[in-house]
Amino acid sequence: MADKIKVTIDGQSVEVEPGTTILNAARQIGGDIVPPAMCYYSKLKGSGGKCRTCLVKVAQGSEKDPRPMPKLVASCQTQVMDGMVVENTTSPEVLEARKGVVEMLLINHPLDCPVCDQAGECDLQNLSFEHGASNSRYEFERRTFDKVDIGDKIQLHMNRCILCYRCVYTADQITEGRVHGVLNRGDQSEISTYISAAIDNDFSGNVIDVCPVGALTDKTFRFKNRVWFTKPVDAHRDCDHEKCSGNVVLWYKGEDVLRVTARKDQYGEVESFICNTCRFEKKATADWTIEGPRKIEETSVISSNHYEMAHPLPVIEKNEVLIEANKKMFHKKIK
Amino acid sequence: MNSLTNRKKVLESKQMNFWERIYLPAIINGLSITMKHFFKKRTTVYYPEEKRSFSENFRGLHSLKRDENGAERCTACGLCALSCPAEAITMTAAERKPGEEHLYREEKYASVYEINMLRCIFCGFCEEACPKAAIYLDGDIAKAGYIRDEFIFGKDKLTEPVIK
Repeated sequence: MADKIKVTIDGQSVEVEPGTTILNAARQIGGDIVPPAMCYYSKLKGSGGKCRTCLVKVAQGSEKDPRPMPKLVASCQTQVMDGMVVENTTSPEVLEARKGVVEMLLINHPLDCPVCDQAGECDLQNLSFEHGASNSRYEFERRTFDKVDIGDKIQLHMNRCILCYRCVYTADQITEGRVHGVLNRGDQSEISTYISAAIDNDFSGNVIDVCPVGALTDKTFRFKNRVWFTKPVDAHRDCDHEKCSGNVVLWYKGEDVLRVTARKDQYGEVESFICNTCRFEKKATADWTIEGPRKIEETSVISSNHYEMAHPLPVIEKNEVLIEANKKMFHKKIK
Repeated sequence: MNSLTNRKKVLESKQMNFWERIYLPAIINGLSITMKHFFKKRTTVYYPEEKRSFSENFRGLHSLKRDENGAERCTACGLCALSCPAEAITMTAAERKPGEEHLYREEKYASVYEINMLRCIFCGFCEEACPKAAIYLDGDIAKAGYIRDEFIFGKDKLTEPVIK
């Protein structure tokens, strides 16, 4: 095993294995300095490099060659070098570029969030909220596609697609036999099945989870409810499919399970893929072993109107004596 | 004993004189005040036949708006219900079928949209939250009623009539 190499991202150093990408090195540090990623998916080989939201500035190429890299680089593709210094949120150039990338991604995005089932857990929504500008300079008609029916389980909205290719890699690597891909070129590129064949294999439902926008959504959940009115609950079951982990999140409304999804980590990537039987067929509480409420980030709209969160007053957050006295409350907030 | 607060008032009980005892001057005085008001401008209105004009930013009953083609603007996005501090709004979404384009503006619409007027505090947050300009609190004062169910306003009461 080669020696670990040291890389500094936004002033924070971390030692990683050679061959690690900047994005993964940043994820090892964690926190706000992790560049956002719309197309990179750590569980899918070959993903990344498409969306350009993870652009970072390399201020020092390596220990031996301290020259900066001439352009911003995609952190999901660029491997770290020993002594590399990376600037992400500390570089105004990166923030400016990211703003531009978001504007580009939104050029053809229909922005039909009020209609879209992904709203509330959409990566593009979060990205544009955090990094985007409030206005677009684009004045022309948005590109639209004819509706394509790709089966009774998965709904495809090609207009919303940002061509991250995640679903194509999923279909390639996770499912047996690829049934869909990207047709046409450039502006007209389109995710579709070949000659409108229905997607039907045991793992195809995972394309719903990997999709960062609302282009691929669950047809059985279509327009049933808004994500933030449902209550997520961790659950598992013994699935007889050898590749399915059976660990899921059930989205409850009252006593009904409206939707079953895989568990997503803090970067919006699923922890383990689940089969279509778990996702689409098992929608009764009796099918599952409930583990407890899903922890949702406090900043997420899904956690709004859930009252278990404690919000210490600003005066408490500043005063050290009060912080000590309200330790329990703070602990709750951080969790 | 001295009072503690010094607020005590000592009343004197004086014997009334003749004019005070017959009460007539006091009655005439009182009636003249009443008569004076007959000729003054009225400060009240005959509600409900007559109504005062509301201020421009008055928030009354909600109405669900239609677009210029008469289609309902609401897409059941749920942002009004999310922003509602009184949790007065509920809705059920449905998918628009082919041929209903003149009825509903977007592919999703609210098949059920209910506001509990007993819960509503007329804060106007729903109006501010609405991304489709579909709900406005531009109606009248909520009417009184005898049954609680009367106060749950469905789409039949909320939706704006089609302009012909």
